Amino acid sequence: MTDAAPAPLKQTPLHAAHVALGARMVPFGGWDMPVEYSGITAEHMAVRTAAGLFDVSHMGEVEIAGQGALEAVQHITSNDASKLQVGQIQYSALTTPDGTFVDDLLVYRFGPSHYLLVINAGTIDKDVDWITARAKEAVPDVAVVNSSDRYALIAIQGPRAEEILQTLTAIDLPAIKYYWFAHGEVAGVRGTVSRTGYTGEDGFEVMVPAAMATRVWDALLAAGTPLGLIPAGLGARDTLRLEASMRLFGNDMDETSTVLEADLGWIVGWKKDAFLGREVLHGQKAAGVLKTLAGFEMVDRAIARHGHGVFHDGQQVGVVTSGTQTPFLKKAIGMAYVPPTLAAPGTELEIDIRGRRAKAVVVPMPFYKREKKR
Amino acid sequence: MSYPTDLKYTKEHEWIRLEGDTGVVGITDFAQQQLGDVVYVELPDVGATLTAGQVFGTIESVKAVSELFAPVSGEVVEVNTSLKDRPENVNSKPHETWMVKVKLASPGDAGALMDAAGYEALLAK
Repeated sequence: MTDAAPAPLKQTPLHAAHVALGARMVPFGGWDMPVEYSGITAEHMAVRTAAGLFDVSHMGEVEIAGQGALEAVQHITSNDASKLQVGQIQYSALTTPDGTFVDDLLVYRFGPSHYLLVINAGTIDKDVDWITARAKEAVPDVAVVNSSDRYALIAIQGPRAEEILQTLTAIDLPAIKYYWFAHGEVAGVRGTVSRTGYTGEDGFEVMVPAAMATRVWDALLAAGTPLGLIPAGLGARDTLRLEASMRLFGNDMDETSTVLEADLGWIVGWKKDAFLGREVLHGQKAAGVLKTLAGFEMVDRAIARHGHGVFHDGQQVGVVTSGTQTPFLKKAIGMAYVPPTLAAPGTELEIDIRGRRAKAVVVPMPFYKREKKR
Repeated sequence: MSYPTDLKYTKEHEWIRLEGDTGVVGITDFAQQQLGDVVYVELPDVGATLTAGQVFGTIESVKAVSELFAPVSGEVVEVNTSLKDRPENVNSKPHETWMVKVKLASPGDAGALMDAAGYEALLAK
């Protein structure tokens, strides 16, 4: 396809398992990853109705430990990590001094002075350099360790995820609340189980040593298959997260959009004394933002995609950041940056789709919200 | 899957079946496999003029957008409107699910296209 000689693609510890399952493999963020096995629609529906199994081992892990670890995490991330108890997780942003995104991430509090950050695959090198430099500017002797190669991360997502995972672990899964984790054995392998995910569905992410990944993956597949679990690739992961209005770094936000513009004010620790980007974010909170991420639904039959122009009254007012036809809602939906005056639900927009203007309307996010059992 | 011998094929993975001076056009099994789940097919109106090798429509899967290339030149005489509601038929029955019927400008055009054996050889490369 391309003439340039790219760097060899990295492989997760489960690469051979994907190939054996007949996955279609594609390059993603420098990794050779499964985009689909049986088809994006089938995989998406399995996660909404039963369960899906995802290899997300390409995600990076960075550990921050030692005296001052909390202070370092507080300095580099937007959310208030002082609220975390040991065993708890929060969604946060790795911010620039301008309040924009270096990356988005999950912050796990492993111990009183030990945090683990789960970061995006395509930004591991950039993030590690940034985190190391910025953490040490706050706390010179804090330890920052890139443990990305040590861990495999397997996500089991869907209404039957708990039931399936419980057959392989003595951890009391119902006791793990949303965005909490526990340590224990899964399929005889010591690891960490968190009630987190990127699908809008109930489910878990299981972190195990890379060398043990295949054993855990195979055990989950075997236990889950009779209950409707199927392996799911990055394609379904993307449609699921978009249906749930979860942002994708690099599409929906990056170093040109602030945490507030991405409509993620809830991951800003407004009471924190200091963190990178604090002044800009407080300023935007007081004065308002010039653009905001809004959800839309297509009215005309067409599918908006990343990069398509957004128009109102004949003027370009923004750009689509994510868009797809969603298998569960069976609608074409998307997110776009628009002026706040055009972000109210019901506002009519037009999307330029390869030269043709198609009607869309702003709708509230999330597009999909699961029914809570408890 | 073996490719039907009553169809002619292009290197852009369209097929055409000749019925007199009319050509029935769709995309191949290989093309639908590459695309994944098809969710939308945008086709020209009846009466539109197609030029061989030029784009005449787009096909979107959940993940990607691809262009449809005309295998021959001619005028669109019929469009498969059932694709609006059942685009997934492109995946399940690629060689039966046609997109447009074209009245060929020069009926000899299709002769230059690949037969099933030639297309299978292309895929094997």
